[in-house]
Amino acid sequence: MFKINKVFKKPHYLIIQQNTSQEGQAEKNQEVQPALPAIPNGLWLKCQNCGETIYNKDFRQNHEVCQNCGYHYRMNARERIDLIMDTGTFKEINPELKSVNPLGFEGYDLKLAESREKTELTEAIVTGYGKIHGHNSVIAVMDSRFMMGSMGSVVGEKITRAFEYATSKGLPIIIFTASGGARMQEGMFSLMQMAKTSAAVAKHNQAGGLYISVLTDPTTGGVTASFAMLGDIILAEPRALIGFAGKRVGEQTIRQKLPDGFQKAEFLLEHGFIDKIVSRDNLKLTLSRLLRLHIWP
Amino acid sequence: MLEREKDINELRNKIEDLRKFAEEKKADFSAEIDVLEARLEKMKAETIVNLSPMDKLTLSRMVERPTSLDYIDKVFDGFIELHGDRKFGDDPSIVGGIARLRDMAVTVIGQQKGRNTKENVKRNFGMPNPEGFRKALRLMKQAEKFQRPVICFIDTPGADPGAGAEERGQGEAIARNLMEMVNLRTPVISIVIGEGGSGGALAISVADEIWMLEHSIYAILSPEGFASILWKDSTRAKEAAHKMKITAQDLLGLGLIDKILPEPPGGAHTNLETMATVIKEELMRVPFKTMLNDRDGLLDQRYAKYRKIGAYLE
Ligand SMILES: [Zn+2]
Repeated sequence: MFKINKVFKKPHYLIIQQNTSQEGQAEKNQEVQPALPAIPNGLWLKCQNCGETIYNKDFRQNHEVCQNCGYHYRMNARERIDLIMDTGTFKEINPELKSVNPLGFEGYDLKLAESREKTELTEAIVTGYGKIHGHNSVIAVMDSRFMMGSMGSVVGEKITRAFEYATSKGLPIIIFTASGGARMQEGMFSLMQMAKTSAAVAKHNQAGGLYISVLTDPTTGGVTASFAMLGDIILAEPRALIGFAGKRVGEQTIRQKLPDGFQKAEFLLEHGFIDKIVSRDNLKLTLSRLLRLHIWP
Repeated sequence: MLEREKDINELRNKIEDLRKFAEEKKADFSAEIDVLEARLEKMKAETIVNLSPMDKLTLSRMVERPTSLDYIDKVFDGFIELHGDRKFGDDPSIVGGIARLRDMAVTVIGQQKGRNTKENVKRNFGMPNPEGFRKALRLMKQAEKFQRPVICFIDTPGADPGAGAEERGQGEAIARNLMEMVNLRTPVISIVIGEGGSGGALAISVADEIWMLEHSIYAILSPEGFASILWKDSTRAKEAAHKMKITAQDLLGLGLIDKILPEPPGGAHTNLETMATVIKEELMRVPFKTMLNDRDGLLDQRYAKYRKIGAYLE
């Protein structure tokens, strides 16, 4: 761990910046909090949670967890796949699915184009299959950089197809959620994805398939109120924001100060809505052990 | 009340006054009265013909708008309300129970707004807590066991967004209902009677058929909320209501609902009796017996119905 506060006279580090360009239900659902650094090339970073200055390379090697305070910063989908899947085993499915603008909503096409360019993803989720410490699994990974990970038709369709793939191959499925909720620009098409994805979970259940959901920061709105909460086993990353309505919305509506730690993973664990909080350095091992326990000898 | 309705009432009063005045003064104002009456008729007709999405939103939220219990009373016989989720409590914003639809026992569930301020406080303005959704699910599973069709009335601004709801798992409650309703081995018909608000509405509306009353709405979020989030300007609700495609007509056009039930001239609130008859007659036409005889087929169709929803390029 580096403590270099006094080494430099002027700060030669980057502040780990907010993601400020997002919009959508996400905004309603989100309090301001640290996000990934926008410029990854700085040598030093300053943790927004604890204020400690940390060495960028260490931060990356530590899978974007602050070595000082253990704060889990948001990971993008590709980094998550690298973290979880055995090297070279991941095969993407349905990468070609692209959103359209079903309501002809002004500005939506541009927003999609910007997100595609910024993230080099076609949508807010990457789905595929591969091996985790040798165990085969389908995985779906949401990416909050893409329009705040909101669920529109494509996210719903890719999740549904991932379930169908898992069901048909007799494979387990693991979904990493990161979403501000509904893709508002798609109106009721977006809302109905909640029912569609829940139906896909139901089919997988009937076939006896394993589904593990891993809730990461942030998981809110329509994603929380559908497949995120339907895992056979529900894991979460430490301190991840998880909730249905936004904290600010809650405060405004009921005009009361909400308890500290409200809607954090720890709060949900305490109230019985998730199985386990797993830190990032332990995540792959935990998942592989769970997969192992679901294989018939 | 809608602006136009106020105008209509004003005009009606004006005509009445003029008549009284004419009688008192023994003067002949019949020509003027005829003109005004013609205008009144025209306004009445326009009220129902030219409703904008915002008008419909207002209409769907009017306190005069008939509620679930109003319809339950008129459409069904011998309704027995059943309470509680067997886990935490009883949520007054969702009512449910057993009744007869002519000769068939059915389970009826509805989101219940208050018919005045006092009742609205008790009913939480029709915003269910998790225990409301769990009560609904309990009654649906009961219906499945006894092979009763389920009829759901949708009328909510949305699920309660408060701290208590979060603590008791609002997200989980909604998610559970969605998953269980897709697989409920008995017919389900859901009818949006007023405001279909977001996930809270969806949580009791997964069905074999989704119907909407002519002037009801179904939206991913309130147009006010939509405008304030997307445009940072909640005063643009009218524009949002238009762009969000929330009316029964829009949603039928998009293939997201199955049927529109016509409202009496002036809206459901002007004639509850007629509206209830329309609902009852439509329900009588549903081949519940046939559906119950092929429950595997029923579930396959329901799955397919939701499976195909989405707009994307491949
Ligand atoms: Zn830190």
